[in-house]
Amino acid sequence: MTQDFGKLKDLHHATGTESLNLSFWPGYVPLQQRWRNNGLSADFLGDYVTTFFPLDDEDPSTRNRQAEIRGAVSYIANELLENAMKFHDTSVSEPINISLSLEQDCIVFQESNGASAESTERYRQFIEKLSESDPGELYLQQLEENALTDSSAGLGYLTMINDYAAELAWRFEPADNGSFRVISQVTIKL
Amino acid sequence: MQPIQGEGYLVEFDPNGDRVRMSGSLRLGGLSEYAPISDLLDQAIDGREALTLDLRALEFLNSSGIATLSKFVIHVRNGKTCQLTVVGSNAIPWQGKSLNNLKRLMPSLELVFDA
Repeated sequence: MTQDFGKLKDLHHATGTESLNLSFWPGYVPLQQRWRNNGLSADFLGDYVTTFFPLDDEDPSTRNRQAEIRGAVSYIANELLENAMKFHDTSVSEPINISLSLEQDCIVFQESNGASAESTERYRQFIEKLSESDPGELYLQQLEENALTDSSAGLGYLTMINDYAAELAWRFEPADNGSFRVISQVTIKL
Repeated sequence: MQPIQGEGYLVEFDPNGDRVRMSGSLRLGGLSEYAPISDLLDQAIDGREALTLDLRALEFLNSSGIATLSKFVIHVRNGKTCQLTVVGSNAIPWQGKSLNNLKRLMPSLELVFDA
């Protein structure tokens, strides 16, 4: 059964909405070798959107705004791709997809990957904990716990919420062999 | 202590300036890949009364890197013997957003932003 957490936006790609879609088949190249592509893809998305936030030499604030947006896009895309590459279940016969849509008042990232029933359950538990907690408190608590356990689980999402004021939503859809397709949507306001 | 260098990043300890400099883009895959950097930071703090972590040229840091720095700050806080200063740059947007969290973990940490 399909399960949603938060409200996913319907991406209809209306006239005037720029979008980019990238797809990856992680099984074909070892993860270690592929890792650098997360950064390259994320930086590409970050650089791409700067076209729509041009610099005006007479208005110094445009430089800050462009740098802010480039940094936010690159950070969020990189985190989504790192997560997807780590958790993707190759028994789900579809690629990892990431899309970026530049809407009138926001940027929406949508990433989908396959995940085993076991990692889907861990995902769900994290999302439920997130929905019941104050994200700022949970972030600090997670940093303290991570320091003891040598883990950084969930920290990418928590930084998106706390540091980039992002809104997050997820969809879990049943896929092949008891696995799931996990769709993560991240929205930042412009 | 040997500098740690990889594709697009450099971490180096300057014992004369009591300073660790991190520069470039750090996007290593998980805390285990950050272990050599954690070790360098832990060695830098050993027996030292003050240390500056200079991040002014660190253009990008992923969440595993943020976890690594946070873990180090918690380690220094719990040791109670070293004054830690973190120097960031206003020109690099992620630093203005994320470095304040280090101060929330360790209120006595001095956080300075260069113009």
